[in-house]
Amino acid sequence: MALIETQGLRKAFGRLEVLKGIDSSIEAGETVAIVGPSGSGKSTYLRCLNLLERPSGGSLRFHGGEVFPAVADEDALRRRLGMVFQHFNLFPHLTVSDNLTLAPMKVLGLPREEARDRAMALLARVGLEDKASAFPAQLSGGQKQRIAIVRALAMRPEALLFDEPTSALDPEMVGEVLAVMRDLAEEGMTMVVVTHEMRFARDAATRVLFMDSGLIAEEAAPADFFSEPRTPRAREFLARVLDR
Amino acid sequence: MDFSFLGRYWRYYLVGAKNTLIIAILAVAGGVLIGTLLAVGRISRRAPLRAAATAYVEFIRGTPVLVQLFVIYYGLQKAGLAFPEWPALGRLLGVSVPDFLAGALTLAINSAAYVCEIFRAGIQAVDRGQAEAARSLGLRYGDSLRLVVLPQALRNILPALGNEFVVVIKESSIVSIIGIAELMYKADTIRGMTFRPFEPLIVAAAVYFLMTFPLSKLLGKIERRLRSGAY
Repeated sequence: MALIETQGLRKAFGRLEVLKGIDSSIEAGETVAIVGPSGSGKSTYLRCLNLLERPSGGSLRFHGGEVFPAVADEDALRRRLGMVFQHFNLFPHLTVSDNLTLAPMKVLGLPREEARDRAMALLARVGLEDKASAFPAQLSGGQKQRIAIVRALAMRPEALLFDEPTSALDPEMVGEVLAVMRDLAEEGMTMVVVTHEMRFARDAATRVLFMDSGLIAEEAAPADFFSEPRTPRAREFLARVLDR
Repeated sequence: MDFSFLGRYWRYYLVGAKNTLIIAILAVAGGVLIGTLLAVGRISRRAPLRAAATAYVEFIRGTPVLVQLFVIYYGLQKAGLAFPEWPALGRLLGVSVPDFLAGALTLAINSAAYVCEIFRAGIQAVDRGQAEAARSLGLRYGDSLRLVVLPQALRNILPALGNEFVVVIKESSIVSIIGIAELMYKADTIRGMTFRPFEPLIVAAAVYFLMTFPLSKLLGKIERRLRSGAY
């Protein structure tokens, strides 16, 4: 049974149809890279998966159980699906440590000590344990995004959703964030990654979804997608992005 | 101009200023209380709550405070809902407590509409991504508001709230009309007793300014400190 499954998923903002019926399924342990031109609906699709956007139609299943259109406990779903944003969205009024312990304490009810231990272990893992008492404003973009990733991990989610996690970073900081994501992928974390980093999609993903105009235009193993894309739109897209 | 009446009547201004400050503090405290509830309604996802809060804000901001004062003052009497007498407080203020509280309530109801907008603007100025990040960690709506959004909104809210206090100090002069012995009422009293229609008003203006100006300065300082902090 798929971990996350969508059928005919649609989303419209007013009269603008952004998703036009997405059938997809994400298996546990996969790293799915979602690529495509801007405006193709990649981020909207991702944000529908944890119901940050409410779909306009179709269905969404988590572990086979319907969470849309059935009325589901959104908070329970989000607790099990972590999300990493393009602009990090760290809480600027809290220290790094408090950023990591807030949800485990509030949502999972962990005692402060345990939440703190968990936070410190995660910070050590991304080499930022010395930043525990720093505020986000004192960190570089790459550091912020690594913290944002471990903040999501502190909830021990079953899957992580990444919304263009390196797009707001200076080029020299992209590598440190991708390295963390590669590690996670190798460990078998289920990941859905909207990205413009074609090298990451090729090397770290287990599958590529190519989206175009609100639909999944092509779905393939990375090696196949990058060496011989089947659709003209994908060929065009790859020619443009790989040319740079 | 002749200010020799001050030798005899300066105490009137002190008592008036004290009562003005008390009624302004009550009004802003009540305004913050009601205004917070209104703001929660204003940003609520439930349309009826939103509509009710919006209607309140628009109505209060679209009608004169003088009319509101009369409606509440006479409305309370008509409904038989007068505030109780409270002799100890009455002696402190030197005024009828029910009238005083009716005046304070009017100012609070009026101020609540402005406080609500201060809160709403402060909350909506916080990046949407903050609430999204909080919600995507599984925090409930109320928790994400209380623990993530509001603490950040406070930076925008506090200076504006202090400013609202300054505004209420000035606007409270209107309650002199229902006989509450605050600064403006006292100045009027002096005008009547001295047959000097002009000079007592100049002094009243000066006393108002002495209350509001240091407060504004202080607020400016607090605001600069809030902005400079790295949290």
